[in-house]
Amino acid sequence: MEMVMGNSSRKMHPHKFLLWIAIGSLTMMFAGLTSAYIVKSNQAGWQPVKVPSIFYLSTVVIVASSITIWLAQKAIVAKQMVKYRLLVSVTAVLGVIFLFTQFAGFSEMWQQKITFKESIAGSFFYVIAGLHALHVLGGVIALFVLVLRVFSTRTKFYSSTPVETAGLYWHFVDILWIYLFIFFLLVS
Amino acid sequence: MSEVTHIHEHAVGVSHEAHHEGHHHHEHHDSFLSKYVFSQDHKVIAKQFLITGIFWAVIGGFFSVVFRLQIGFPDAKFPWLETLLGEWAKGGQLQPEAYYALVTIHGTVLVFFVLTAGLSGTFSNFLIPLQIGARDMASPFLNMLSYWFFFVAGIVMLSSLFVQTGPFSGGWTAYPPLSALGDASPGSKIGMDMWMISMALFIVSSLLGGLNYIATILNMRTKGMSMTRLPLTIWAFFFTAVLGVLSFPVLLSGVILLIFDRHFGTSFYLSDIFINGQALPNEGGSAILYQHLFWFLGHPEVYIILLPAMGMVSEILSVNSRKPIFGYMAMVGSMFAIAILAFLVWAHHMFVTGLNPFLGAFFVLLTLLIAVPSAIKVFNWLTTLWKGNIRFTPGMLFAIGFVSLFISGGLTGIFLGNSALDIQLHDTYFVIAHFHIVMGVASMFGMLAGIYHWYPKMFGRYLNNSLGYIHFWITMVGAYVIFWPMHYEGLAGMPRRYYKYDIWESFKQFGTLNQIISIAAIIVFLAQFLFIINFFYSIWKGRKVTTKNPWGANTLEWTTPINPGHGNWDGEIPEVHRWAYDYSKDGHEFISQTTPVGDNESKH
Repeated sequence: MEMVMGNSSRKMHPHKFLLWIAIGSLTMMFAGLTSAYIVKSNQAGWQPVKVPSIFYLSTVVIVASSITIWLAQKAIVAKQMVKYRLLVSVTAVLGVIFLFTQFAGFSEMWQQKITFKESIAGSFFYVIAGLHALHVLGGVIALFVLVLRVFSTRTKFYSSTPVETAGLYWHFVDILWIYLFIFFLLVS
Repeated sequence: MSEVTHIHEHAVGVSHEAHHEGHHHHEHHDSFLSKYVFSQDHKVIAKQFLITGIFWAVIGGFFSVVFRLQIGFPDAKFPWLETLLGEWAKGGQLQPEAYYALVTIHGTVLVFFVLTAGLSGTFSNFLIPLQIGARDMASPFLNMLSYWFFFVAGIVMLSSLFVQTGPFSGGWTAYPPLSALGDASPGSKIGMDMWMISMALFIVSSLLGGLNYIATILNMRTKGMSMTRLPLTIWAFFFTAVLGVLSFPVLLSGVILLIFDRHFGTSFYLSDIFINGQALPNEGGSAILYQHLFWFLGHPEVYIILLPAMGMVSEILSVNSRKPIFGYMAMVGSMFAIAILAFLVWAHHMFVTGLNPFLGAFFVLLTLLIAVPSAIKVFNWLTTLWKGNIRFTPGMLFAIGFVSLFISGGLTGIFLGNSALDIQLHDTYFVIAHFHIVMGVASMFGMLAGIYHWYPKMFGRYLNNSLGYIHFWITMVGAYVIFWPMHYEGLAGMPRRYYKYDIWESFKQFGTLNQIISIAAIIVFLAQFLFIINFFYSIWKGRKVTTKNPWGANTLEWTTPINPGHGNWDGEIPEVHRWAYDYSKDGHEFISQTTPVGDNESKH
């Protein structure tokens, strides 16, 4: 979609600007959920849950993917298209691996009888982490679209804006996960 | 789609001569569908929001008439009600379930669909690009999506009225357990699911709209339009959008938890509940948690409703007093203060829920602090009017009416902000009177002021003035007749949301008063049709606007052609040289923002 914008090149690209505001909005949603978690954890009858160990692996994977997308941005600026393609694909695959580790962690917890009916802390955990995973899924889809676009365009495609925008979002879900992970470790 | 992309390329405006030609070329090819239905022109989207808002206002208003009939005449039978509402009014008498459903949907519809989407959807869309000097929104496509999400939200809400178990009936705040348990009441079944779907769609709509308004105001102002030269309308829309973008997601998180409680067996909000003598397994949840999440949106929502009205009233008062707005920076500062405080006072809705009284003290203090920026604004409006050369257009009357209502309703806010007084006043008609006057009717007046004032720009025609005056006086007097007596009822302890009051010895004395209120409500409701007829008649048959700037106003929207096309200005976007409020200065009645600053003038 073409955006109507002033023609100053120093200004931030409108997609990126909209994304920054949206990030503010998403931050508020997770702030709402985690503060609800804090409020509940101070009430009687609260039984904390143990964070499954596979979530450490999740953290490593998503941090690695943040690094690869950062390298991809550098690659496209340097017009190294082969490297760029590879790095964006790797990021997307790391995203998928992250989702699998999340799912594995959830199944592990569920098997330990941490279900919706049994545990409030667990319910919060599923909802908050699950909502984050949904946002990662959205990012993965965006990355695959980027990869497909690089492979399909006949003309040479050097604009760094799409990958910068996707990268901004990706760093956001990365930092959000690190926050949630530390949050769950500490508050539990 | 290619058509639309075409004009946006021009709108980016590398060469303005090229744009000029391309613009007219473009108009011939618009189909009805792309021009009026799936339009990406902010002006058309604004009118879509407005007309949809009017539709919902009629529905919501009609519901209030029906439940007011019940409150005013609890023992009378109205056969026509049964004809109209069927099962809901069996034997011509409104059934209790229907009464609660009507109260709930009245609240939801008026707060969200009329005073949020209908008000800021209409005027943010219409005025932001026109007043900052932009061809359209930052993303016209997202803007269109914002309307269509709202439209679908409306369809879902409307459909919920027709399901067998009825629409949601647990109050517009949707507190659990009524909202979380399908067995709690008939309205808590499918009606509540549809209510939630509708609200989720509505939240998406407001977020898309809000993102766009912020991006447009910050990035797309024309040359010379610094933030401090913006008309106060734009500042108001800006703060409104910021509030919406930051508070609606918190409501969404509350609703997500509610969905899990309803359908997946979690206990976020539920604990120790018995239904029909049966204990539910849910344990450890807290209904208060929902209230925290709800009111963290709910209180900013009050200002999401009120701020656009404040901004438009400031502009209309200044234009029609032929005087600069008094204290421009104080106005911006007080709106900023209101926007910050809006996030820090939510728990004053929860003083009597078992909130720690020590914590309550902080919320009392922060709540009462809102009186400071509010008083600054009132002072500035009155001083703007003071010794002005006032033109009493219908728009101006509604703007003055807004100030009156804001004062009357604001004063009772000081009562309610005290947690000690709240022990007596909570959940009584005093609360109803307070928020209807200060937020409901006042914002409605701001909206009507805006419609009367900018109608010539919207449709290139005037509304009929005589009908406008009749509409104003009936509504103004009626609003006070309806809501003023409710203060007395509330002080006497008459609770809100009850189906019948004549069975209570303490409230029998209010029988006649309730009848008077109900009759006034019916008259005011009927008077709104004067406006609606005026509105639709004038679109096609109203007196034509013959000059670009009929009100002699300074802002940029009056420099566009009488019927601006998509892109707003035919030639280049005008450059701005001064603020928007140079009225009665140096012997000129008004000096447009596009007029360069003279040698003997100081710079704004």
